[in-house]
Amino acid sequence: MSEKVDLETHIIKMKPDASVDLSTKDLHVWYGQNEAIKGVTLEFEENKITSLIGPSGCGKSTYLRSLNRMNDEIQIARVTGEILYHGKDINTPETDVYEMRKNIGMVFQRPNPFSKSIYDNISFALKRHGVKDKNALDEAVETSLKQAALWEQVKDDLHKNALALSGGQQQRLCIARAIALKPDVLLLDEPASALDPISTSQVEDTLLQLKEKYSIIIVTHNMQQASRISDYTAFFYLGNVIEYDETRKVFTRPKIQSTEDYVSGNFG
Amino acid sequence: MNAKKIDKIAVGFLYAMAGVIVLILFSLLAFILWRGIPQISWEFLTTPSKSFQTGGGIVIQLFNSFYLLILTMLISTPLSLGAAIYLSEYAKKNLLTDFIRTIIEVLSSLPSVVVGLFGFLVFVLQWGLGFSILSGAMALTLFNLPLLTRTIEDSLRAIPLTQREAGLALGLSRWETVNLVILPAALPGILTGMILAAGRIFGEAAALIYTAGQSAPALDFTNWNPLSISSPLNVMRPA
Ligand SMILES: Nc1ncnc2c1ncn2[C@@H]1O[C@H](COP(=O)(O)OP(=O)(O)O)[C@@H](O)[C@H]1O
Ligand SMILES: [Mg+2]
Repeated sequence: MSEKVDLETHIIKMKPDASVDLSTKDLHVWYGQNEAIKGVTLEFEENKITSLIGPSGCGKSTYLRSLNRMNDEIQIARVTGEILYHGKDINTPETDVYEMRKNIGMVFQRPNPFSKSIYDNISFALKRHGVKDKNALDEAVETSLKQAALWEQVKDDLHKNALALSGGQQQRLCIARAIALKPDVLLLDEPASALDPISTSQVEDTLLQLKEKYSIIIVTHNMQQASRISDYTAFFYLGNVIEYDETRKVFTRPKIQSTEDYVSGNFG
Repeated sequence: MNAKKIDKIAVGFLYAMAGVIVLILFSLLAFILWRGIPQISWEFLTTPSKSFQTGGGIVIQLFNSFYLLILTMLISTPLSLGAAIYLSEYAKKNLLTDFIRTIIEVLSSLPSVVVGLFGFLVFVLQWGLGFSILSGAMALTLFNLPLLTRTIEDSLRAIPLTQREAGLALGLSRWETVNLVILPAALPGILTGMILAAGRIFGEAAALIYTAGQSAPALDFTNWNPLSISSPLNVMRPA
């Protein structure tokens, strides 16, 4: 394996007819003096799954969290560059982050349902965003639970506390909670890393179904997972994207040596 | 002597010390209960005390203790809650907030006599409130605020960061996240803190001697006009 960063990079541009929901231009993220993301330019195609892979500490989570401005909440973090959502830069002080986060949903590594009922976990944010009608709420709860493949298991128990669910169910509830707001982009940070293999494959199935409606960007350290579910893969290394291409190309014919080392497993 | 023997002697010694302490506490408790319980009667609890003669009850003292407790909690809970929410959810980590925390720490270790004397100088004399329930409640608030703030802040901090992230990622503002996610989750801890605080207030005497006064005037429990001197609700009367 090579310890040096390849000087060349291989990053595809989307085809001109491809519809792009979200992209970043020269995105930098600093934690104090430490530059964690060093100018990343990527485009994400609509209704596709894009995996972000790379050794730990290379900045995948940092990059993902800057896409819906969650890094705003970290006092020492500073994000520069453009984040274009439907062509509009959302990395500006004027952006209504609360409205934006409704459209760019996020699911975290550890399932983090609220200590409330299953129903309230989903309806709660909807109410805050102005959905008051009981029927509309019931409807949204049912649809999103169905989309997250959880409905059948919980439909008789909607008022049970969400913390009583299994880890995999909790994670799918978190997915349901995010998609109930009808976002068009869904960000997931290693959503299956705390789950057992069966729950993992259920979450993967869920994601494959969801991509009909959403653009999905998922951080994963699991190479099989990336190759199973994603259409595009970006390889992060030391705060840069070294290679970005269709997943099958990245995994079978990578253009860059580091990528090959990483996906074939002889790396860190 | 071998190590085993020394160990045995040490353990025996420790048992003996613990036994002495338990014995002292138990005999005190037993003495109080043995002499006290026969004296407690419904009449004792519900009649006012009498001067210059034996007999009489403690109803006024009892009422005043509860009244002070309620007033103090009414004043200190909102203040502590606000301060704790600020410290745990909003305050950036910098010199100023570290300084605020240190001050709270220092305040919470003030002896209650000092709090009482402060209350006497400021509330009783300077603000002219006299020996009164109100002065007493404010002194107790002063005594209570630091610890209550600390316990509420601790219960808020005990809620994992991931819950806050969950709220924010759903497009809730920080205020909504705190109010609707963090506070409900921290409620059991906050209530425990309030109950412990109530216990401390209830048992506090030194801070009250200088602020609420040493003798309670006769109260007329049928007079509910809070401005009348003999009304139990009047906050300006001594207790
Ligand atoms: N909240 C934070 N404060 C300071 N540094 C951080 C923080 N989060 C991540 N970092 C640093 O940023 C770099 C990238 O971390 P991260 O994005 O978590 O990597 P990955 O998700 O790829 O494992 C690491 O060097 C890490 O130490
Ligand atoms: Mg990570």
